[in-house]
Formats: sequence, structure tokens, C-alpha cells
Amino acid sequence: MDLAAVLPQVFTGLVLGMIFVLLAIGLSLIFGLMTVVNFAHGSLYMLGAYFTVFLLAYTKSFWVALVVAPILVGGLGFAIERLLIRRLYGRGPDDPLLLTFGLSLVLIETAKLIWGKIGLTLDPPRALAGAVDLGFMAFPLYRLFVIAVTIVVLIGLWAFVNRTNVGLIIRAGSRDPLMVRALGVDLNRIWLLVFGVGCGLAGLAGALAGPMRGAYADMGVTMIIESFVVVVVGGMGSLLGAVVAGIMMGQVVGLTTFFAPKLAEIMVFVVMAVVLLIRPSGIFGEAGLAE
Amino acid sequence: MRTVTEWVARHPVFAFALAFAVFPFVVPYKALAAQVLIFGLLAMGFNLLYGYTGLLSFGHAAYYGLGAYGTGLVLAKTKLGSLWLGVLAGPLLAMVGGAVIGFFCLRRRGIYFAMLTLAFAQLLYFVAFHLADLTGGDDGLRGIPQLPFQLLGWSIPLESTLAFYYFAYVLVVLAVAALKRILDSPFGTVLQAIRENPDRAAACGYDVNRIKHLSFVFSATFAGLAGGLDALRLAVVPVESLYWTTSGQVVIMTLLGGAGTFFGPFVGAGTYLVLEDRLSVFTESWPLVIGLIFMAFVLFLPKGIWGTLVGRLPIGRI
Repeated sequence: MDLAAVLPQVFTGLVLGMIFVLLAIGLSLIFGLMTVVNFAHGSLYMLGAYFTVFLLAYTKSFWVALVVAPILVGGLGFAIERLLIRRLYGRGPDDPLLLTFGLSLVLIETAKLIWGKIGLTLDPPRALAGAVDLGFMAFPLYRLFVIAVTIVVLIGLWAFVNRTNVGLIIRAGSRDPLMVRALGVDLNRIWLLVFGVGCGLAGLAGALAGPMRGAYADMGVTMIIESFVVVVVGGMGSLLGAVVAGIMMGQVVGLTTFFAPKLAEIMVFVVMAVVLLIRPSGIFGEAGLAE
Repeated sequence: MRTVTEWVARHPVFAFALAFAVFPFVVPYKALAAQVLIFGLLAMGFNLLYGYTGLLSFGHAAYYGLGAYGTGLVLAKTKLGSLWLGVLAGPLLAMVGGAVIGFFCLRRRGIYFAMLTLAFAQLLYFVAFHLADLTGGDDGLRGIPQLPFQLLGWSIPLESTLAFYYFAYVLVVLAVAALKRILDSPFGTVLQAIRENPDRAAACGYDVNRIKHLSFVFSATFAGLAGGLDALRLAVVPVESLYWTTSGQVVIMTLLGGAGTFFGPFVGAGTYLVLEDRLSVFTESWPLVIGLIFMAFVLFLPKGIWGTLVGRLPIGRI
């Protein structure tokens, strides 16, 4: 085995893993607190990429687009929670899944209507164009940037959940919403916030993926299914699980693409089946959470 | 009016057989009738699992697709030349697939179950996509011959739309009768007990996981028969049969019609397909309209068309 040929693949897998992590952590955060599975997460990822293309054309600045696109998607997330999901609290956990499934169809078709069926391409900003020599190999600078951004966002998210008062309420609300309510906390506002932040992370994932993969209406579909797999493997509701499983699945895809390209899409599901056999609740999951 | 609804409630299978006997002459064109019949059967299989057992599967494309490939492969790639063996192979393959996939998916409950069924269906899609030598891959499985229907020395060609419709009709009515039998049996009652309260059903001494698994296998078998019939109808199996959009379509159909009702899936399939047919004349974005309608149903009419109608009648569930 030629290590010099495999290493770029490991790095490519790591970049894909970062996108998985951003999507899975949003799904997991929303699920952990609200027991809502957001099927529209993939469509919000897609919108993140399209908004970036649009903003880039409008403002001519990738940096503005990279900041504003996730905020717009997060804002859309606020609206989705406030206007749609909130009506379903008190019904079974299947109903939000069904509703957001319908929403994802609507968003995909709307994107096709606005931006056309053919995908758009997006160039990385000039400052991040080209490759950087890591000593043992050359690697596109933009991809290193994606890894760095994700790590910064993850540290920020960790600090937010573990070091702030709002984070304390989020953690408490995940454990026992009734008790948190009894203590006088308005959980509705926290749910709104968490749903918006989770959707914003999907928007960020889309914005970051845009220059690598372009923007097209169906781009979220395979990503949402693979993100579901990441969440199942990592353990639903576990943020650490989402990170570990996301990076792991990135490597699974990256390495099988290198060794057996035809199996790349299949291996993800094989790994999932194996994990389910050994640890049904996922690597870091607690058995019985929202079952 | 009252006696009619009571009769329908007491003899749902006969009512079904009567309604669908004249159905091809009611719809805008006859080709649509067979499509409604087949997708209604698929939604019916899904409904057994979701409506009656309370398990939301987002992967029924898997069993529909397995059924289609099972029937298609036996007819196109073997020299058996028997329509019956082909029709049998579809549900059989779906049954085996349902048994294996069900085993994995039922290791998790609730929302995970939905995600797992979706993941496994997608796995099968990629497998079929890459096994192009066997399945035709992206081009679909072609070369399915249109064999005549043969029984006791009779031979009827099925090439005409109506002949095929009534061939499918007989099999679907048998499937509907089988479903009725399942629902009326003690097993069917336990299914509904599990939907209402799995813990209590377990406390009553029922092996909940095994019963869920059986329900899963039955559901997959019905879906497989639908897939096999669709392979005969189209004379080709597109690889998209296994794609998640098919699963989504089944979910939408069942919820539009009314999950957990006997006729709901067929009402839903009819509504969906007629809507698609009419809307696609005006706009390419017809899925957008259907998506919006589906969202409105989840929000405001969760019992679906049939469930809401029947809920207003004093005769109980149909």
C-alpha cells in the first residue's frame, strides 16, 4: 500500500467528515432537546449552498456570504419552528418527521423553480485558491479552511452548551423538560433558539460545501440520509457521538472511494449495520432515549 | 345510505372488489386504473406496518423494488417462461428482504426505526445501481416479456390495458382479503394493541418484537407483490423503484388517504396519482403542490381523507 497515495484520501475523507459533523450535530442537538427529527435538514443544507452562490454574486464577497447564508438559513429555521413544528408538540414523534419530510419536498422543488434544475458552480475565494504544501503532500487550501472552520465552530458550540446559562438550560431540558418548566423556564424560547441554531449549522455546512461540490437542488438528499446514519451510529442526542461518527463515516467514504469506488456509498450502511448489531444504541448513545 | 355504509363496513372486501371492478371506466384513462390499483396495494402494505402496528417505515421502496426485481429477473433472465413463477418470485424476494432488514431495523424503536428503514432502502438502491450486469443499473432492467395468463388450459394475452388490469385486480383482491383475514385474526388485534401501547402488550405476555417482525414481513410481502405487478405493467424495472422518492410517495399516499383505515391507502393512491396526472399538465413543479397538500394534511387533517369521512359516520372504523 502506497502511503503517499492514501494520505490525500484520508484528508478528503476528513473534509467530508466535517460536513457530516456539522449536519449531524444540528440534527442531534434538535433531537436531543425536542425529540424532533428534522427531515428538512438536508434541504436547509442545500439552501445554505444556494444562498452562498446568490450572496456571492450580490455582494462580491465570499466572507460576507459565508457569514450571512447560515444566518439566513437559521432564520428560516426559526420560522419553521415557530409556524410549523410548534403546532405538533403533544403529538407523536412521527408527526414532525412527516411534516418536515413534506417541507423538504417543497424546499427542493422551490429551489428548482428559482435556480433551475441544473446545478450552479461556486469558486473558492481567491485567498483560499490553490494548494498548500503540507511537507508530505499538497492539499487544496480551501479544504484545510473547511476543517479549521468546523473545528472553531465545534469549540464555540461546546463552550455554548457547557459554559453558558442558556447551555445549562439546554442540557437540563434534554434530560427533563417538565422539571425545567416547573422551575419557571420558558422552554418555548429555548426550543426556538436550538432549532434555529441547528438549522444554521446545516446552512453553514452547505455554504462550506458549495465551493467543493457546487449547488444543486438534490444535493441535500443523500447528505440527509448519510447524516441520519451518522447520528444513528454516534448515538442520537450525543454531540460527542455526532463528532466521532461523522469523522469516522468521512473516513469510511474517503477510503472506500480509494480502494473500491463502487462500494463507497454502500460501506456507510454496512458500517451502520455492524454498529447496530454490536451496540444498538450507537457508540455514545444511551439506550431508551426517545424510543 | 345508512344500510349501504353498514354493508360496506361489514363486507369491506366485497365492497372493494365491487368498486374496483368498475374503476377503469371511472378514471380519466384506463392506464391510470392499474397504477392506482398497484400503488394502492403498496400503500396497503405500508399501512399494515404504520397504520395498524404503529411503525413508520421510510423505506418501503426496498420491498417494492425487491418485488419488481424478483419478478423482473425471473421473467427476463431465466428461461422458465412462466408468468406465475414470476409473479410469485417478487413477493417472495421482498419477504426475505423484509425478514432480514426488519431484523436490523427492529433493534431500534421509534424515530430510529424510520431512519434505519430509509438507510437500508438506500443501501439496496446503491447495490442495484452498481450490480449493472444483473439489474441493468441506471438503464433499468429491460426485456421483461409480456407472457399470456395461463390457467387450466386457458390462455389469455395480457397485452391490452384492460386485460392486465383485471389480472392485477384478481391478485389485489386476494391480497386485500388476506389483509382483512390478518387484521381480524388474534394476531391482527395484537398488532393494534402494540400500536396503542407496546409496553402493555408486552406485559400481557406477547413477544412484541417477534410480532412486529412478522408484521414487517407481511407488509414487505404485500409491497413486493405490488412491485412485481408494476414490473409486469411497465415491462421494465427502473432503478428508481428502490430510490427514497418511492418510499416518500407511499408515505404521502397513505397519509392522504388515511393511515390505519382499511380503504385509506387506495383512496390516497388514487388521489395522489390523479393529482399528479392533472397537475403535471400545468406545471413541472407538481411535487411542490403535492408537498404543500401533504403538509396541510399532517397539520390539519392527520386522519386523511377516508379517515375523516369515516370518522363522521356512526358505524366505526372501515
